[in-house]
Amino acid sequence: MTRENVLALLSGVFFGAGLAISGMIDPARVRAFLDVTGNWDPTLAFVMGGALLPMAVAWRVLKRRRNPLASNSPSLPSTSDIDWRLISGAAIFGIGWGLGGICPGPGIAALAVHPRSALLFLLAMAAGMGLHKLAFSARSLSRA
Amino acid sequence: MPGFPQAAPVQGLVGGLLIGLAAAIMLLGNGRIAGVSGLFARAFGISSGDTPRQLAWAFIAGLPLGAGLVELVAGANAQFPAPPLLLIAGVIVGFGTRLGSGCTSGHGICGISRLSTRSIVATLTFMAAGVLTVTMMRLLGLST
Repeated sequence: MTRENVLALLSGVFFGAGLAISGMIDPARVRAFLDVTGNWDPTLAFVMGGALLPMAVAWRVLKRRRNPLASNSPSLPSTSDIDWRLISGAAIFGIGWGLGGICPGPGIAALAVHPRSALLFLLAMAAGMGLHKLAFSARSLSRA
Repeated sequence: MPGFPQAAPVQGLVGGLLIGLAAAIMLLGNGRIAGVSGLFARAFGISSGDTPRQLAWAFIAGLPLGAGLVELVAGANAQFPAPPLLLIAGVIVGFGTRLGSGCTSGHGICGISRLSTRSIVATLTFMAAGVLTVTMMRLLGLST
């Protein structure tokens, strides 16, 4: 295994552990965070706050160092457009997130706790992603 | 937490710090964003991109590993929605995250800590959509 892949695996393990420790793997807790006018559970705000701290430092460090440790081909998003795709995509994602209380990270991590439900969710998620690919490649074909 | 008996601020903060550390490993180690929806799509070949598929797989495989470790030590309870809702939510989450180029991890943690306006707008949008969805479901008496 390359150093790059080991670091990615380590990152995934920490990420999954963090999701489990914080209770974000539990869809009921996530939905309780979104239920601001109901029986609100603010836990997710603490998770966000906690996660932003190391990352805020990491971005500063990266600015000075330029080169990542293991990768010779860093790839960071450079888009800054705020267009209809971003807004409608985020809104659609938010609706799905609210319906089930599951976003992609916890959905995958939950394979370890609730494999049947997680698998079902992930299959549907992959289908939704495929649907997007299909819809948009069909669109660009009809334009051409 | 006073006023919010079900909140778990300490676990939330600790788990959140771990998630942030995980994302920082990905950023400083590999020069990449720990965006779960993007890496999932890459792992399954749903999206093309310059992230090697092996690297995407390594990260994705780490998520249930980390969550499983925590579950072994501390146990985890998670309340999942019924299969029909899981499927609907999954498809919507998959479609939306591709259209909006990211989810809670990529936009919410990596993007906001980079102070990307695009990610801040996306996060506010999916949070608002999630809040609206959960609130509507409660008002309509729909349970998960």
